[in-house]
Amino acid sequence: MIRPSRNHPGFWAFVAHRVSGVALALFLPLHFLALGLALESADALDRMLAVADSPAFKVAEWGLVTLLTIHLGAGLRVMVLEFLPWRDGRKGLIGLGAIAAVVVGTIFLLRVG
Amino acid sequence: MTPARLFLAQRLTALILAPLVLVHLALILFAVEGGLSAAEILARTRGSVGWAAFYGLFVLVAAIHAPIGLRNVVHEHTGWRGRSLEVAMVALGLLLAGLGARAVIAVVAP
Amino acid sequence: MDAGHASLSVEVWRGRDSGAFETYAVPQRANQTVLDVVTWIQRHAAPALAYRFACRVGVCGSCAMTVNGRPRWTCRTHVSKVASDGRLRIEPLRNLPRIKDLAVDLTPFFEKWQRAQGRFTPTASRHDPLAPVSPETPARRAADAGIECINCAVCYAACDVVAWDDGYLGPAALNRAWTLVNDERDGDRRGVLRAASAAGGCHSCHSHGSCVEHCPVGINPTAGIAGLKRQSLIDLLGGALP
Repeated sequence: MIRPSRNHPGFWAFVAHRVSGVALALFLPLHFLALGLALESADALDRMLAVADSPAFKVAEWGLVTLLTIHLGAGLRVMVLEFLPWRDGRKGLIGLGAIAAVVVGTIFLLRVG
Repeated sequence: MTPARLFLAQRLTALILAPLVLVHLALILFAVEGGLSAAEILARTRGSVGWAAFYGLFVLVAAIHAPIGLRNVVHEHTGWRGRSLEVAMVALGLLLAGLGARAVIAVVAP
Repeated sequence: MDAGHASLSVEVWRGRDSGAFETYAVPQRANQTVLDVVTWIQRHAAPALAYRFACRVGVCGSCAMTVNGRPRWTCRTHVSKVASDGRLRIEPLRNLPRIKDLAVDLTPFFEKWQRAQGRFTPTASRHDPLAPVSPETPARRAADAGIECINCAVCYAACDVVAWDDGYLGPAALNRAWTLVNDERDGDRRGVLRAASAAGGCHSCHSHGSCVEHCPVGINPTAGIAGLKRQSLIDLLGGALP
């Protein structure tokens, strides 16, 4: 159960920022290795892309695109808090980031489908 | 590295990454329609100085940004501290930079 | 509320690190604070109950405890506000060594206060005239925003970075450092900034904002820590900070 003292939007924004950051950092080497296949040949890259055409991969890709948007939004929020004069009502930023992530994720699903 | 220097590096790379990620996301959403193919990707990138610079910078700043973030995660959620953690994170940064540079060369070299 | 008839069910932590909750039935009263409840238990049900309080009016910062999962100043927390169903669970503050029952050892909290150089360095003596300080300057406004801290350690108990990183100075000490960095009368503001920027200092804060959520006197330590981060960058680029 979530500890009551943590249950506020700022903490959830942090959790989203951290989880997405770790996931992206783990994905990055795989992303680079996959693209590196083009060094061998365009065919090698195409074979990998064919494997990545499965529904499971599409879901994973959708997750990564959404996570990237979440990380971007959460990171911009942190920098707004740190570098711009403090104002109340900054919790709206969290909602904005969440909406951006949903929008980007939805567009991805629509276009990939 | 002092905490202030790490902080500066993390926020500076974040500022550079923000617009790069926006372009990257836009390109993903544009390119993903109709499936990805090597021909399509490589036609865009091969021989392009612009994409070489874009992805080169992207890889470099990401290779700095990710280890600093992971260092905080490891520091706060595990007992791993000290010199060995610093060395491991530098190694991770070099690994990411190396793999990333290789990927950039793979897609932009004519 | 039907004062005098209803009863509260109050679970109180008894023991140190190992121990158990004991449940007490406490008469419900109008305008009853959580501290009133704890005091009633100590006087009528459990004379050996250890807890700490002094002023009872929200000035001294002694009586903070964990109430239904949240750190609070118990003397200014009305039962009606936190226990709508008549149930209370009272525990010692998190992130501090326990002594007995509801009393914690605040030594680490104040040691970190010192590590952040959270103390005024004078430049004048009692023989000098009073320093004229304009309340209008941006620096003074920033200092004034954080100066009313009562050292209750509620923010320190609420902070998850404190829980994860025992070297982290925490919101209260850094908030104090920020007020000193903005105090034109302080003789070592650069030293304060250096102390607040060392390992475990302001850069460890991730802006969760749990301190802001829980501060009983409405201080925003996250904003102050952000100010320290900005100032540290200015000093770093100016060569005043390693």
